[in-house]
Amino acid sequence: MNVDPNRAQVLIRRGWRITLVALLAVASVMVLALRFTPTEVRQGLAQKIFYIHAPSAWCAFLAVTLTGIASILYLWLGDRHFDRFAATSAEVGTVFCAVVLTSGPIWGKPIWGTWWTWDARLSLTLFLFFLLLGYQVLRSAIRVPTERARLAAVVGIMAMVLVPFIHLSVYLFRGLHPTPIVLKPSAPSLDPEMLRTLLFSFASFTLLYVGLVTLAYGIRLAQEAREQGNA
Amino acid sequence: MVEALRLALAIAAKDLRAEMRSRTSFLSAAMFAALLLVVFNFARDPTAVATIDLAPGILWVTVAFAAVVAMNRGFAVERENHAFDGLLLAPVSREVLFLGKYLANLTFVLLVEAIALPLFVLFFNVDLSHALPGLLATLLLATAGLVSVGTLFSAIVVRTRFAELMLPVLLLPFMVPPLVFAVQITMRLLTGRALSEVAGGLRLLVLYDVAFITVSLLLFSAVVDE
Repeated sequence: MNVDPNRAQVLIRRGWRITLVALLAVASVMVLALRFTPTEVRQGLAQKIFYIHAPSAWCAFLAVTLTGIASILYLWLGDRHFDRFAATSAEVGTVFCAVVLTSGPIWGKPIWGTWWTWDARLSLTLFLFFLLLGYQVLRSAIRVPTERARLAAVVGIMAMVLVPFIHLSVYLFRGLHPTPIVLKPSAPSLDPEMLRTLLFSFASFTLLYVGLVTLAYGIRLAQEAREQGNA
Repeated sequence: MVEALRLALAIAAKDLRAEMRSRTSFLSAAMFAALLLVVFNFARDPTAVATIDLAPGILWVTVAFAAVVAMNRGFAVERENHAFDGLLLAPVSREVLFLGKYLANLTFVLLVEAIALPLFVLFFNVDLSHALPGLLATLLLATAGLVSVGTLFSAIVVRTRFAELMLPVLLLPFMVPPLVFAVQITMRLLTGRALSEVAGGLRLLVLYDVAFITVSLLLFSAVVDE
């Protein structure tokens, strides 16, 4: 199947534009969170990292889910677009996963008193990170594109089936992680101003995910076009 | 259905017969398991930690690593002389082919465990008099799930570079849930708790087995068909 180099350029340009808008939105989330959102009573400033941490976690899980779905669609329909999307989404998901795994300990040290603990959600995210890396290591070890796509899709689907089991098993080690309800122990729900900042942050990060995926997809397409030109 | 099972058993028998003639991989896998147990023994401070606290973990890590080593063999042997192409041309469905390879791997890993378990009892002085039936059931259930994922993945990694390294990298995350369930069950069995306390863990192992044997069976044709 031929790849149109112009299409790649269009996607790269569009990806850049969306990413820049998203980065601006993320920057304003920081300003909003630090300057115009009340500070949490018990956790103090440490809680601010939550506006980066939770939306990144959301994006990482979104990326993994979409990689799994795209893998199923690839095996079902055989359309290369799904394979490219699965690979791209896994790449971007790895970045968000890394953000979750680094921002978590920064918060954990002052609040839990330890950088790392084998809490259920923490372990789950770590395993997601390993699965995403494994998926990409596998991709890099297969040269033939169609074979790479097929085998990667199989591993992508297997990983999606595994996630609930990992969730189940890490829960057997009871966790310390705050659940949405105990986020603010004094009140049953989140303060409206905090909620506003959080929702804005979720939207910004999701936009960032869309921008990065579009950009990376365009780059992947351009690479394929170049390989085609060389062949 | 019966016919499919007969064909799968024929494929499994072929694999095991080939293995029995050389015994190289079986002996090395069994040796590897024995060596792991020895290494674990020297990697702990016997005056500081009671054996019973470490024993379940040692048993299951040994099982997991030995299974990885054993399953690297499954499709690697088929690569020589393009034997796998012949197998693919055989007039059997892909599901039967997978089942055959799966049964061969399962037998292989269970045999390695049959050697590792007595050594584990001997080296770590574990009292299995009450725990044995429960432990055997746990070994069987955990291995059944591990080997199904392992069989599928070993068919994938033979098509990559660095296959021997790729298998553990892909497979170990998949070993975590059965390992966690099995360690918790074993811990309870070894401390003489009631069988009803391990029923939940056994159910989770069955759930894992059903899910992954089904998915592996369905995905196998996507792995081997061009």
